[in-house]
Amino acid sequence: MNMKVNFCGLDFKNPIVTASGTFGFGNEYDEYASLNEYGGIGTKGLTRYERAGNKAPRIAETPMGILNSVGLQNPGVESFVEDIVPALSEYDTNIIANMSGNTIEEYCEMAEILSKSDIAMIEMNISCPNVKHGGLAFGTVPDTVYELTKAVKEVSKKPLVVKLSPNVTSITDIAKAAEKGGADALSLINTLLGMKIDINTRRPVLANNMGGLSGPAVKPVAVRMIHQVYNAVDIPLIGMGGVSSGEDVIEMMLAGASLVALGTGMFVEPDLILKVKCEMERYCIKYGIDDINSLVGAVVLND
Amino acid sequence: MKETQICKLVSKTEIAHGIFDFTVESDVISKETQCGQFLHIKCGDKSYLRRPISICDAQNGTVRFIFEVKGEGTKELSEKEVGDMIDIIGPLGHGFDIKPNHKNPVVIGGGIGVFPLYKLTKDLGKKATVFLGFRNKDRVVMEKEFEEISNLCITGTDDGSYGYDGYIANAMEGYIKNSPCDVIFACGPLPMLKAVKEIAERNNIECQLSLEQRMGCGIGACLVCVCETIFEGTNKHMRVCKNGPVFDSKVVTLK
Repeated sequence: MNMKVNFCGLDFKNPIVTASGTFGFGNEYDEYASLNEYGGIGTKGLTRYERAGNKAPRIAETPMGILNSVGLQNPGVESFVEDIVPALSEYDTNIIANMSGNTIEEYCEMAEILSKSDIAMIEMNISCPNVKHGGLAFGTVPDTVYELTKAVKEVSKKPLVVKLSPNVTSITDIAKAAEKGGADALSLINTLLGMKIDINTRRPVLANNMGGLSGPAVKPVAVRMIHQVYNAVDIPLIGMGGVSSGEDVIEMMLAGASLVALGTGMFVEPDLILKVKCEMERYCIKYGIDDINSLVGAVVLND
Repeated sequence: MKETQICKLVSKTEIAHGIFDFTVESDVISKETQCGQFLHIKCGDKSYLRRPISICDAQNGTVRFIFEVKGEGTKELSEKEVGDMIDIIGPLGHGFDIKPNHKNPVVIGGGIGVFPLYKLTKDLGKKATVFLGFRNKDRVVMEKEFEEISNLCITGTDDGSYGYDGYIANAMEGYIKNSPCDVIFACGPLPMLKAVKEIAERNNIECQLSLEQRMGCGIGACLVCVCETIFEGTNKHMRVCKNGPVFDSKVVTLK
C-alpha cells in the first residue's frame, strides 16, 4: 500500500502534516509521537519580528470546537531560522514554515529569509483573524491576493503555499487569484471568525473579544470548501479543519486534498497521528486501495 | 515516549458542596509527580477539551486530585463513579521548587487553591507554617489533613464565620513580621496572589506562585494559556502549562 505523496515536487512519506499554530515548533508533541511519523510539520506562524501576542484568556470552548485568539505570538523569522530550523532539520520530515506580514514588502522579506534556510515549503498566511493589521485584510480581496502572491513568488526559492480564509464570500475567487499569482499550492481552511459571550458577566470569554473557530465543528465547512476549490484550480491542496481521525483524513482527500493537516484534535490526543495512520490503513485494506493518492478528489457527486 | 494514561477511579468523595476528591490508580503518574504539577483530564464526551486539574497527592501507585464543579467539563467528571476509567495526561508543568535553604517555609492557599499545596507541604517535611483561607465556614476543606503534616496550620474565613477573621494574606503578613520565613509558596484566587506577591517582595522573601489559566493542549505547544511576565526589563508571555504553573513572584506581573 503506497502512502507516499509527491507534493510540489517534494516527497512526503504520508499525507499527514500538522496545522500551523496548533503545533508550536514540534518539540512538545515529539514527546508523544516522533516528528518522524508525519509527512510534514506546519510550524507556528512567524512574523518579521518577535510578537508577544494577545492577552489571555486566549481560548474558549464551544460545542465540538474551540475559539482561539493567540495573536501570532512567535520569536520572529530570524530567530526561527537560526535557533529552531537546525534542530528540526534532524528529523525525517518536511518543514512547512508559516508566515504572516503587515505589508507586501514584509512578506517578501520573510520569504527571502526563509528561502535561505533548510525548510521544505513556505505557507503564507493571508487570513489570520487575530491580528489588527494585515492578516485577514489581505486574504479577502482577490486583487490583493494576486498582487501579494505574485510578489512573494518572485522572491521565494521554496514552493509557496497560500493559506485561505473561510471568512470570504467566494473562496474559489480567492483561490483562483492565488493560483494566477503563482502559488504552488493552497491550504484551507483557516479558522472561522467567531465569538462567545459569558452571559453571567455579559463579557466575551476571549480577552480579544473575537477569535478563530476550529475543531470538529468546522469540518463540514472545510470539506465543502476543499471540494469547491479542488474543482476551481489546478494546483494541489492541503486540507485542514477539525480532523480527528483517519476517516476524517480520507474524507478530506476525497474532497480534493492531497495532504491533510491535524490541528486542534491534537490538543485532546497529543499522539493523534498514530491513531490516524492506523485508521487510514484499515480503510485502505477494507476497500482494496493500493495508492493513497487515488483518493484525491475521488468523491462521486449525487445527480 | 509519553502516553495518555487510562486510570481507574478508586475513590470518590464530595468533601464540600460541589467539591470532589478523586483518587485514581496510575503507577506512571504516581512515580513521576512533583508537587505543584497538574493533570490534563478528558472529562467525558460533552466537553471537547481536556481540563487541567492540579495534583493534590501522589503515592503508592495512586494519584489524588480535588476539583470544584465549575462548568460542563468538571460536571461530567464529577459524574464518574468508582471503577470508571479516566483518560489522563500527566504529570504536566513545572511545579514548586523546594531548595535546601528553605528552613522556614510558609505555605498559603485560598479556596480551591489549597489542593496543590498538600503534596508540597508533605514534601517540606513538617517544617511548613500553613495558612488556609476560605470564603466562609461551609467552604473550609482539608484543615485536619494540613494540620497533620505541618508545623502550624492557621485557617481563616473572609467573613469571619470560622477561624481567623478576614483575608488570610493579612494573617500571613502578621506572622512573618515576628517569625522567621525564607520562602512563601502560594496558590489561590488572583487578588490573594497579588497581595502575597506584594507582601513577599516588600519583605524581600522568595515567593513561588501557582497560577491558573484557560488551557488548550496543556503541553506547551498551542500558546493559549499565557501569563504576562517581566524578563530583563521587557514584558513577555510565558506558558502557564509548561513554564508554570508555578512561577517566581518577581517574574509574573499578575495583570
